[in-house]
Amino acid sequence: MNNQRRTVLKSGSGAALLGMLAAAGIITPGMALADWNKAAFDAKSMADTLKALGAGSPADSKDVQVTGPDIAENGAVVPVGVASSLPNISMVAILIEKNPNALAATFTLPEGTEANVQTRVKMGQTSNIYALVKSDGKFFMATKEIKVTLGGCGG
Amino acid sequence: MFHRFIRTLASAALLGAFASPALAQDSKVADELAKYREALADGNPADLLEVKGEGLWSEKRGPKKASLEQCDLGLGPGKLEGAYASLPRYFKDTGKVMDVESRLVHCMVTLQGFTVAEATKNWYSRPGTESDIEALVTFIGAKSNGKPINVPATHPEEAKMAKMGEYIFYRRSGPQDFSCSICHGQEGKRIRLQELGNLTTKDGAGTAMKTWPSYRVSQGAVWTMQRRLIDCMRQARWPEPNYLADSIIALETYLQKTATGTVMETPGIKR
Amino acid sequence: MGNPMKIRAANKDGVTEVKVLVSHEMETGQRKDANGAIVPAWFITELVAKHGDKTVLSSEFGPSVSKNPYLAFKFKGGAKGDKITVSWKDNKGDSRSDEATIG
Repeated sequence: MNNQRRTVLKSGSGAALLGMLAAAGIITPGMALADWNKAAFDAKSMADTLKALGAGSPADSKDVQVTGPDIAENGAVVPVGVASSLPNISMVAILIEKNPNALAATFTLPEGTEANVQTRVKMGQTSNIYALVKSDGKFFMATKEIKVTLGGCGG
Repeated sequence: MFHRFIRTLASAALLGAFASPALAQDSKVADELAKYREALADGNPADLLEVKGEGLWSEKRGPKKASLEQCDLGLGPGKLEGAYASLPRYFKDTGKVMDVESRLVHCMVTLQGFTVAEATKNWYSRPGTESDIEALVTFIGAKSNGKPINVPATHPEEAKMAKMGEYIFYRRSGPQDFSCSICHGQEGKRIRLQELGNLTTKDGAGTAMKTWPSYRVSQGAVWTMQRRLIDCMRQARWPEPNYLADSIIALETYLQKTATGTVMETPGIKR
Repeated sequence: MGNPMKIRAANKDGVTEVKVLVSHEMETGQRKDANGAIVPAWFITELVAKHGDKTVLSSEFGPSVSKNPYLAFKFKGGAKGDKITVSWKDNKGDSRSDEATIG
């Protein structure tokens, strides 16, 4: 995270500030996203995503858990969580194998933050969900299949 | 849902060995769906809209630069606690049975000076277009959370609307000769994986009515009861009634009357 | 600027659990509108949570995070009354910060 972004976030009116900077030609909208891992989010396959995250081919670990229902009533909102008992976890990522772009989110965990994160993702179809964690500099992975159903009218 | 299980269990036992694997499958599916719904309940995006609605309620808006704080939803000007749970009801000042949405629009017109067309232009949201009515109804609905639904329909005009609603509920119409009751008049029916409530019983109508307004994850929006029922008509291949049509208010009156006594759990969140 | 977030933070046995709901379309860039035109991608790219001045979580999102994103996480420390700040920015350069107090 660079200093400029810190300032922007702190100011609480980042949009206005970014707008001003952009209008002044100081930064372009693209530059505002400098920290965002475009290569990883643009990657389509699991393999390319892992490569862009610098994870290579992570080992499966039973100490990593993907939590979520076996069946989601709607793919637009699928609750998923990642938890792990591995030591010194600095990063957690959620990947959805069959989505157009596999990577859904990455979380950087400073010391003191537990390796236990929950969020909600979109799934285009039934797919394996992968949880990737970085523990002591090494990558580990776990998977779970979540089925996406076609629902009725949602009474 | 649990009751339905017990019934399924009983009938499966009668059917014997063939039914058992399917039953095991069914109950596992239902368990997982329950898990899914539970995971969504904590962190309902409708809460975001409720906060917005609260702001809109007290904000001075419209040509008359007035807030909605003097709006009478049936329990007196500005009285919100339990108001949603007691609607639709008869209003002397308009001589009509009104639901929360028609009454809200009435207040936006009389107190704030909006035209009906302005007030109802975005009665539901689309991606990128927010709906004030959705936000306000979410806020008003939440003020009835924990309160029992109370629409005895004792006033003659209310009784008439409830009767009309019941008639519409059972009336077969449209190209498929469909009625509400075909899907929602018996126990144990489902469409795809979803159970269909029996809206003719207090239990069934209560389970349905207590959770509205509700965030629909499939739509990414809160649906009001008007939107729910108008869309039911569309799904039954009936001509769609206009927003705030008497036919919808009649159906609401019938359903709320049937559900009376059920404690509200709103805003809900569903598929 | 978007609508306000809903942030809940509670400390129990020395661990603070933070739950955040964000109001955002999270448009994938794959959906077509009624006229068949692609609706451009519009989604939160980064979200950072701070306890006081200390970052406790920084996340990057792609468009497959659900509309109105939800996030829950836990960190060691934090005391009742401390401030939690959550900030996001999206791919259009919009951003927002909201605060909550640990309860």
